[in-house]
Amino acid sequence: MKDNILINEFKMQFPAISINESYCRKVFSSFVSLIDPTVSELADIRTAVSEAVTNCIVHAYKEKGGTVYISGKYYSDRTVKITIKDKGCGIPDIKKAIEPLYTTDTSGERGGMGFAIMQSFTDKLIIRSHLGKGTTITMIKKLQ
Amino acid sequence: MKTQITYSKSTLYVKLNGDIDHHSAKYIREEIDRELYKYQPDTMIMDLSNVDFMDSSGLGLILGRYTKINMFGGVLKVANPSERIEEMLVMAGTHKIIPIEKGVKLI
Repeated sequence: MKDNILINEFKMQFPAISINESYCRKVFSSFVSLIDPTVSELADIRTAVSEAVTNCIVHAYKEKGGTVYISGKYYSDRTVKITIKDKGCGIPDIKKAIEPLYTTDTSGERGGMGFAIMQSFTDKLIIRSHLGKGTTITMIKKLQ
Repeated sequence: MKTQITYSKSTLYVKLNGDIDHHSAKYIREEIDRELYKYQPDTMIMDLSNVDFMDSSGLGLILGRYTKINMFGGVLKVANPSERIEEMLVMAGTHKIIPIEKGVKLI
């Protein structure tokens, strides 16, 4: 890893309201597009980012607003690191939360597939969460 | 772009457009449900051919409509998903209860 150089990095934050979900996808799309991802890799990243940001808005902040902190990095070996963080309620049981089809939502309008999609569309998913303090999602994807 | 909804021969055709995420799903859901309650169709077809992006909120939208039309005894089908969306439908297992049709055209 010692020859692996950080090429670019960004950090930003935005209010946790749903209209910003598409903006957040656009931010990551344009950041990653600088290293020419394939169409499929770009779609993987957009989808995974959308899942993580939606979780912040819907679950962490319960649609009552807050701040979402995002950052992106890419390295000379074409590894992309995506971090999405909130200071919301935290996840009581991570193991349960990542189970496909598991959802705490009772409206019948959510699929419970967020973490499964993040896992399947990236190479590595790291979840750090503290109850009452917030959650940090890190996703790593190596581009071709 | 707005969702296009047409009703003909006990079938509700719903052509979705653009991005389906948690934000847009809220509006799309209201648009579809208004027509769904009005017509209570035997069949509803959600055409995904014009959908550029969809995340798990789209899966939730589809599953939620499945539950609603089931209450009237109707059947839901999804049509013309992109490869990626089909992959997500299969991952979530919705294809076992909501058939995927290809080459379906809106009337």
